[in-house]
Amino acid sequence: MMEFPGQLIYWIVVVMMMMGFYIVIAQGNFVKKIVGLNVFQVSVFLLYITMGKVTGGTAPILADGIEIYSNPLPHVLILTAIVVGVATTSLGLALVVRINEEYGTIEDDDILEQESDA
Amino acid sequence: MITDHLVVLQIIIPLMAAPLCVFIRNANVTWALATIISWICLVISITLMQQVMATGEIIYELGGWAAPWGIEYRVDMLNAWVLVIVTSVGAMVTPYAKLSAEKEIDNDRLYIFYAMLLLCETGLLGITVTGDAFNLFVFLEISALSTYVLISMGKDRRGLTAAYRYLIMGTLGATFYITGVGLLYMQTGSLNIADLGKLIPDVADSRTVQAALAFMTVGLCVKLALFPLHMWLPNAYAFAPSVVTVFLAATATKVAVYALVRVIFTIFGGVDILEAVQISDVLIAMAIVAMFGGSAVAIYQTNIKRMLAYSSLAQIGYMILGLSMNSVLGVSAGLVHLFNHAMMKGGLFMVMGCVVYRIGSAKLGDMAGLGKQMPVTMGAFVLGGLSLIGVPLTVGFVSKWALLQAALEKGWWPIAVLIVISSLMAVVYIWRVVEVVYFQAAPAGRVAVKEAPLMMMIPMLTLIGAAYYFGIDGTTTMDIAGRAAESLIGGLK
Repeated sequence: MMEFPGQLIYWIVVVMMMMGFYIVIAQGNFVKKIVGLNVFQVSVFLLYITMGKVTGGTAPILADGIEIYSNPLPHVLILTAIVVGVATTSLGLALVVRINEEYGTIEDDDILEQESDA
Repeated sequence: MITDHLVVLQIIIPLMAAPLCVFIRNANVTWALATIISWICLVISITLMQQVMATGEIIYELGGWAAPWGIEYRVDMLNAWVLVIVTSVGAMVTPYAKLSAEKEIDNDRLYIFYAMLLLCETGLLGITVTGDAFNLFVFLEISALSTYVLISMGKDRRGLTAAYRYLIMGTLGATFYITGVGLLYMQTGSLNIADLGKLIPDVADSRTVQAALAFMTVGLCVKLALFPLHMWLPNAYAFAPSVVTVFLAATATKVAVYALVRVIFTIFGGVDILEAVQISDVLIAMAIVAMFGGSAVAIYQTNIKRMLAYSSLAQIGYMILGLSMNSVLGVSAGLVHLFNHAMMKGGLFMVMGCVVYRIGSAKLGDMAGLGKQMPVTMGAFVLGGLSLIGVPLTVGFVSKWALLQAALEKGWWPIAVLIVISSLMAVVYIWRVVEVVYFQAAPAGRVAVKEAPLMMMIPMLTLIGAAYYFGIDGTTTMDIAGRAAESLIGGLK
């Protein structure tokens, strides 16, 4: 059985992940979809950062008198993933700007309507 | 010796050339650079293939850090095979790109196009050579981000929404994949693919590892556009500039299939995961729906690029069907189809690029009477179409024959029948085009057009020619795919 308080952070991860996923699916506005995508990605970042924590461990900087360090590797990995996330968000927003220029709207329904006419 | 570093040079050369293109900014110079680089990559990958055939697996430790702590690049028969597929398509696409891209992309942005093409190739090659599960994610995103830009570069505004929708789906897929990698790291403390393969059997019963498998499979199935996760693909292929469609159709989904093969047969190879959690039934069911659904929808398309995109969905179904049979014959049929489909679909999309170059449209109605005006191009379409159907002497026949044998070996004759029926559906959508192109008069308003320029015809005919060369003599390709499949399935025992 999962101890509820002990696993709280994982519950937060799962809830955030589903929230982000739901926003991506349910929202018709292209900017809001990207916000949802970001929430979704951040939940995975949290998952990685959480798993690097060692109970009683401190920041992984070598110092006298410290025996236990947290695992820095997941943090480094997530640094890369954050960079990728920023790149994706900026590219997505750039596309939204271009879509707005061409279609005059960023609502999914309106765009589908215009595309079915074309 | 420089030959020791070929594995990493394969990635570094196109990676470094991409920003160089942005500095040069001259369309012709960047095109020449991209062409030279793509041919260098082809030479490297063929050299690697020969090395692997002669001496076996090549392991390259980045920066000299030993795996599993450092990142290693690992090339065995399977990687080398996929490298050859990607680089040979790349080497055909770049000469073809010059005229096609000038026509379909704003000329002051051409240098960005070549930079993105090189980055996309870097990403795809990176996915293929890397031996590290997280590094694979990074390359996945390099190729994906450059793909979104490439798709949005056409003059049709629907390319923008197609790129946006692909961005959303692709990012969800990639994020699912790293979630899976994270869960595996939690359980095993390793990110090295080969190392994971050794560690997984001990912990395979845990919920964490099973969740990881689910996340990774779903994430990669989005990337390879397996039904029902294919929604991004038809519009992306239809509204991207033609040359981008050629490159993506022939390489991007193939590399995603490769990544799925690695997850199933190498990371989870030690536990025979297809049998253990019964995902093979699910994959087979989805593959068969894709085979029929893709072909059926293709029949009703009026945009021929979109029709070929739906046909790709059906072909992806054949690949996944082969892989999920979990036997040497099945996997080698799936792997040989990677190459065969790249040749024929690349060739067919190049035909469409030539048509768009001349008449500015990929609509079936606008193509009437082209059979007389562009006889070579349309002849190539018919030859490519025959290969898609799977007529003997074509590569399509080689892979479908292998797939049928694999199905019959398992005694699954209903599946064998389904393979044949779904292949026959290709006759219908190819015939629709043939009828309009050869038996209808050209519309009155259209100015008579000539054949496409030689610079576009030669790569097109080379790919279609390869579809026949390797169809008449399929022993080389089947042998390589068979050896790759044996090493994968061998990992199980």
